[in-house]
Amino acid sequence: MSRGSRRRATFAQALAAEWLKFFTVRSAFWGLLATVVVTVGLSALLALAFVVSLDQLPASRRAAFDPGAYGLAGLNFGVITLGVLGVLTMSGEYSTGSIKSTLAAVPRRGRLLAAKLVVLAVVSLITGLLVSFASFFASQAVFATRGLAATLGQPGLLRAVLGGGLYLALVALFSLGLATIVRHTAGAITAVLGLLFVLPIFGAFLPGEWGATTQKFLPSTAGAAIMNAAETSGSLAPWTGFGVFAGYTAIILAIALWAFRRRDA
Amino acid sequence: MIQAQGLTKVYGAKTAVDHIDFEVRPGVVTGFLGPNGAGKSTTMRMILGLDHPTAGRVTVNGRRYRDLPAPLREVGALLEAKSVHGGRTAYNHLRCLAKANGISPRRVAETLDLVGLTEVAGKRAGGFSLGMAQRLGIAAALLGDPGVLLFDEPVNGLDPEGIRWIRQLMRSLAAEGRTVFVSSHLMAEMALTAERLLVIGKGRILADTTMSAFIAANASSHVRVRSPDLLALASLLTARGCRTAPAERGCLLVYGVSPAQIGDLAYAARLRLHELSVVQPSLEDAFMRLTADSVEFHAHARDAA
Repeated sequence: MSRGSRRRATFAQALAAEWLKFFTVRSAFWGLLATVVVTVGLSALLALAFVVSLDQLPASRRAAFDPGAYGLAGLNFGVITLGVLGVLTMSGEYSTGSIKSTLAAVPRRGRLLAAKLVVLAVVSLITGLLVSFASFFASQAVFATRGLAATLGQPGLLRAVLGGGLYLALVALFSLGLATIVRHTAGAITAVLGLLFVLPIFGAFLPGEWGATTQKFLPSTAGAAIMNAAETSGSLAPWTGFGVFAGYTAIILAIALWAFRRRDA
Repeated sequence: MIQAQGLTKVYGAKTAVDHIDFEVRPGVVTGFLGPNGAGKSTTMRMILGLDHPTAGRVTVNGRRYRDLPAPLREVGALLEAKSVHGGRTAYNHLRCLAKANGISPRRVAETLDLVGLTEVAGKRAGGFSLGMAQRLGIAAALLGDPGVLLFDEPVNGLDPEGIRWIRQLMRSLAAEGRTVFVSSHLMAEMALTAERLLVIGKGRILADTTMSAFIAANASSHVRVRSPDLLALASLLTARGCRTAPAERGCLLVYGVSPAQIGDLAYAARLRLHELSVVQPSLEDAFMRLTADSVEFHAHARDAA
């Protein structure tokens, strides 16, 4: 027998539930606050460090100055905080056991994963754009003291700043995918940091032409290329790099969906 | 109505649930009884679609759980009490579940009131005692006013007042025509609440019957004898072919004879009797007899005594 109405639960309802779930735990608030404060603060500090030591820098480093990449350097911290937030969105369900209630309410696994992805994408894109623009304006204010400031109207800069937000959003989705596969908070965070931060360190040691090419195609080097105002020899073209990182993210998410559907909760 | 056909779950080399068929019908409380590791939780998890069956299928109201249009409106389940994100308040936990199935916020407040958690609704679930967490789990199960309810070990962590409350709740839910399926390892509890019984051991269904029929079929009454001349009495009874079993100090359990026969025998042999009483069989006796060889982890008799 069935009580109540037989109204079919919809994707919109799953989305509303995931939205509410995201904002009803404190890690969301602290994670987002840390992202904004530390990312913007670091961007300004790094700009300050550059400006202060400008006169001691060799000419080659001065020539390599890119107001986009240099002004958005603090976003690397946002990679960590939004990455962790992306991980917790899924691993928190497993560490607390709430995955059982969640799946009882939304047993269609693909629908649940999609709802989590949409919520995380919206939140991290808004946060990413916010910190990217704030970092840009803060660092340009510092660069202005030495007449190095750039404006969004200059070639490639608006794309670089928008790209910073897009990159951070994609990092969050990449992390959610890894967490769905790994299902443990510590393991997933290790995987995220390993792939995004440790791989490029190894990459830098690879010799020769192929080493340099490999380095360009690593997830974070490829993804961060979109924050360069101008194309550089050390990285892929901005949109190409972003496309490569988007490809990695799509692969991770496809594996995550396959595993999530197939495995016992 | 819950129906399983050939339901099987294999984990690696271990068959947790082995081709079981059963039906849990509405209107009565059906107890799900079995030793630890018998496959109770695995079966419950497969009903909810949390674990995928290796073979066979299990349906609720004729559909697999994942195919139910709005699952919480048809099935409510209390699995482990800690199925909650400890950082979320009780109210928000229920509101999130409600949203996913289009259940009104008013119903959230109603269920919180029903389980007696209204006062702590704004507190984070992580700080809840086991009893409070259990009540929150029950609130989540009742949220969608479902016709089918699953309770896995519901009295765990509840105080005596809470145990009485959930006993009453389960009976009234069944009386309203709902399907109530409850697992427990506490047999006294089961004997009090369940009308029907599904007994599982080593992944197989050992019995599917009513409580009274189960006890009658699987346990016989016996006689407890207390005597200062116990040794002589025991050898006398054994010589007559009666099965005896030692009980507490100075006592003996005798099977297959009436108290009158034992009394006459003792009188004839001039042996003193201090107690002679018929022991009615319990669910526990019946259960122990039926599952004696399907218990997963045997304690040695000496250690257990």
